[in-house]
Amino acid sequence: MPDSVTPYDGPVLEIEDLCLSYYTRAGEIPAVVDFSATLAPGESIGLVGESGCGKSTVAMAIMRYMGSNGDIVSGTVKFKGRDMATLSDEELRQIRGSEIAMIYQEPMAALNPSLTIGSQLIEVPMTHDGVSKEEASKRAIAMLADVHLPDPERLMEAYPHQISGGQQQRVVIAMALLSSPSLLLLDEPTTALDVTVEAGIVELIAELSRKYNSSLLYISHNLGLMLEVCDRICVMYSGEVVEEGHIDSIFSWPKHPYTHGLFGCIPLPHADKNARPLKAIRGQLPLPHERPQGCYFGPRCDFFKAGTCDQESVRMSEVNTDDDPAHRVRCKLWNSIDHDAAIPMGDAKPPAEIGETVLEIDGMQKYYEVRDTSFAAMISGKGVRQVKANEKITFRAGRGETVAIVGESGCGKSTFAKVLMGLEQATDGEVRMNGIDIGGMPVQSRSPKQLGSLQMVFQNPNDTLNPSLTIGAQIGRVIKKFGVETDPVKIQERVLHLLDVVKLPRDFAIRKPRQLSGGQKQRIGIARAFAGNPAMVIADEPISALDVSVAAAVTELLTDIQRENQTTLLFISHDLSAVRYLADRVVVMYLGMLVERGTTDEVFSPPYHPYTEALLSAVPIADPQVEKRRIVLEGNLPSALNPPKGCPFSTRCQRRIGEICDNEPPPVQFNADRHGIACHIPMEELRKVEPVIKVSDKKPDPAGATP
Amino acid sequence: MLIMISKRIGFMVLTMLVVSILLFLLLEYSPGNVAVKVLGPYSSEEARQLWLERHGYFEPLWWRYGSWLGNFINGEFGDSVRFRVPVSEVLWPRLWNTAILGFWTFAIMIPLSLILGVLAGMREGSRLDRIISVGSIITTSVPEFASTVLLSAIFVFGLKWLPGTSSMTSGFEVKQMILPVMVLIIYDFGYVARMTRASMAEVMTTHYIRTAILKGLPYRQVIMKHALRNALIAPFTVIMLQINWLLSGVIVVEFFFAYKGFGALLLEASLNQDIFVIEACAMVAVFVAVASQTIADIGYTYLNPRIRFT
Repeated sequence: MPDSVTPYDGPVLEIEDLCLSYYTRAGEIPAVVDFSATLAPGESIGLVGESGCGKSTVAMAIMRYMGSNGDIVSGTVKFKGRDMATLSDEELRQIRGSEIAMIYQEPMAALNPSLTIGSQLIEVPMTHDGVSKEEASKRAIAMLADVHLPDPERLMEAYPHQISGGQQQRVVIAMALLSSPSLLLLDEPTTALDVTVEAGIVELIAELSRKYNSSLLYISHNLGLMLEVCDRICVMYSGEVVEEGHIDSIFSWPKHPYTHGLFGCIPLPHADKNARPLKAIRGQLPLPHERPQGCYFGPRCDFFKAGTCDQESVRMSEVNTDDDPAHRVRCKLWNSIDHDAAIPMGDAKPPAEIGETVLEIDGMQKYYEVRDTSFAAMISGKGVRQVKANEKITFRAGRGETVAIVGESGCGKSTFAKVLMGLEQATDGEVRMNGIDIGGMPVQSRSPKQLGSLQMVFQNPNDTLNPSLTIGAQIGRVIKKFGVETDPVKIQERVLHLLDVVKLPRDFAIRKPRQLSGGQKQRIGIARAFAGNPAMVIADEPISALDVSVAAAVTELLTDIQRENQTTLLFISHDLSAVRYLADRVVVMYLGMLVERGTTDEVFSPPYHPYTEALLSAVPIADPQVEKRRIVLEGNLPSALNPPKGCPFSTRCQRRIGEICDNEPPPVQFNADRHGIACHIPMEELRKVEPVIKVSDKKPDPAGATP
Repeated sequence: MLIMISKRIGFMVLTMLVVSILLFLLLEYSPGNVAVKVLGPYSSEEARQLWLERHGYFEPLWWRYGSWLGNFINGEFGDSVRFRVPVSEVLWPRLWNTAILGFWTFAIMIPLSLILGVLAGMREGSRLDRIISVGSIITTSVPEFASTVLLSAIFVFGLKWLPGTSSMTSGFEVKQMILPVMVLIIYDFGYVARMTRASMAEVMTTHYIRTAILKGLPYRQVIMKHALRNALIAPFTVIMLQINWLLSGVIVVEFFFAYKGFGALLLEASLNQDIFVIEACAMVAVFVAVASQTIADIGYTYLNPRIRFT
């Protein structure tokens, strides 16, 4: 209900020199400094950067929803020509949700748990368009069908917790689009979702924004995703935009050292842990009140020039290429940097030698019993049902080898790790570690030596350290428990040595976890895991909770320690880019079953299992030279309580060949020695499949790389 | 759902059985004590033996428990020593009086504390929030025996607006109800209000409230439709616990105002060693406690769909 009758045809959003601050007890904290952007109708712009760089603050400021302690210090946000700061609360309310809508990071948290999906949807048209309840439900049902949700009528009556995360995000999208907004703000809309689900959501957003001609402001830390969804991007660092421009020109010819640094941190297809390792950006993101004089990135920049970069604050300068007149960069030296050589790359390292077999898993399976106490189950006598969390897992890992276990959430990766650690016992099969079967051995009955030789690095470093003990005490305790040392002096020595190994200052031994950043905590987690000189370390999503540059540093650290100690690393992850970079061998799991295994090269090139193929296609790659075949999986992961009778993947498979897939478990076919694929499709057919990812050799002509 | 309800009710019955066994063993394990309590300390040994035999106290313990329980279920609690009438004749009217008192207390206190709690929690840290929070802490921290004296001093002796006793000797009178109800509300409302405030404040920081605001809903609808229901889940259990408290917690108030309620009865019975009245009162109190918690559990699942459908 815009009160102006004349149609507005200027830019949807104009942000000019916006400065945002939070006011806390410590004083004013500038969260965003000097932010400008213009968004034309139908255009999509991306904000990319690491956590704490002010991306979300910008989005909230556009909605003028900053909380009680945040405020606009200077600058303007104009939506369709109207200054948002001058609007009354009532005018603002009419714009929110009708002309500007938002999609959030965690769909489960964004939906009200005690209201039905229907009642949460219909209030949007009822509030903004003043329609009747019947009309509103009609629109809601149509919109649910538009976001490709099955059975919309039934879904209207469901509660948010009754549907999967991907479906919840579709509901949130439907809610945002119900009033066909001109501007859609997306705050990490797929970060909490699985890769294949993410691919579906990304496609959906693109399709619907075309249909409703909405402009998009996309916020993400994922550069690969940005490449797929945005026309232009702004790279943010510590509250400032450091580089902005057309997506192709930023990705092909980045000009800012930070942008270069980011690309050096992500495992692109050409990165290799031995020949071309990742290069983390040194140092840490400065806290807002500790930002340096001059260029905020200065202390971490390899091109830093004292006297130039540490004086007055840096303004944006035009790059002026023919292709992209809008490319701007906040760097004084961009003209003098050799950008072709600037892509950071670590020094080549010798590949690790793979020794004798350390871990051998033979037909391991883990079933859980689930008791159903409903009436129907009691009558039909199906009171006890089995969840097949792991089914016939077979593979082996050698000394110094990195084996990755890949799969989406619910595929049984974590159960598998639990069995190895002794937190759960295998129901069948053998798990031999150095020749001893530990599959049925609970953690309590393992000897300290056995415990020390098999350790784990956990996903979320914030939850794994005891907040009330010092770092030194926590590592020392592990050393003592594993019987590595008993003498307190020697324990202390070893603690300090381990801190050296994970490249942390020695005085961290007397610090408490809350004084550490996420990346530092994960380093402590690694030190703890390596305290007992382990033969094997299980790393369960060790970098997925970390920022891009921190993740690169932790990845490198992990591989260095592994290489030095000849440790076998079992890397559990859903991130195929990291897996390709890190792993020697890959095991792909789906619904508790092992669908494909082989060396990394074998798994990442045809013949593929159709599921591997879909996974590969789903991962966004931050490289415009990479061409991908798009495969979007339909439907949801089947329930582990009621898996398909034949091939577990048959319900979603894009290459399903017929009845046989539904009814018979697929045989394991071998393409090469130890490269097995569990599929009904004959190997000859699978060999003919085109590669999903093609890296074109020609680098686009770097017009404007040198002025 | 059906299974859940029957499970809760089964659990409730089990709890009551266990309590009844404990109660029986505690008060009636040795028949001699019962006879002394019923017939008085100066009764003759002969009379006690005769009484015991007449009332079947020489039967084995389990048999005695069985018939005691049977009588209880049929509402035959025995005769009151003090009033010389069947216990039920004294108990039910007293319980009814307390129910009236409790009803008015609840009818005023619950809406009052919910409204104040929600208003305070809606904008955490606002001036209204601070006034309500401090106010409720002050009223709750004044014990009933102090506020009864204080309020009597003001309204009975100072302003002479209200009667000082509530014995209802000449039939039910609303005026006599005001002071007891007021004391109870003042003491208890802060507790529920603070609970509601904390719950509401927490809900207001959730992401789904942000979603509702950024959907452009009127603030009133955000509060009434999105926040309130989630904010009431936690206080609901506390509110149900107040029923329990009202039943036995009103002793001070009933005694002070000479109100003929359940609490006063329990006090008199204890002072006079009126054994069968004590037994009956104890069982009633336990029943109310267990029943209100069962209702709370069932109501909780209604408020919280995440529990309802799993």
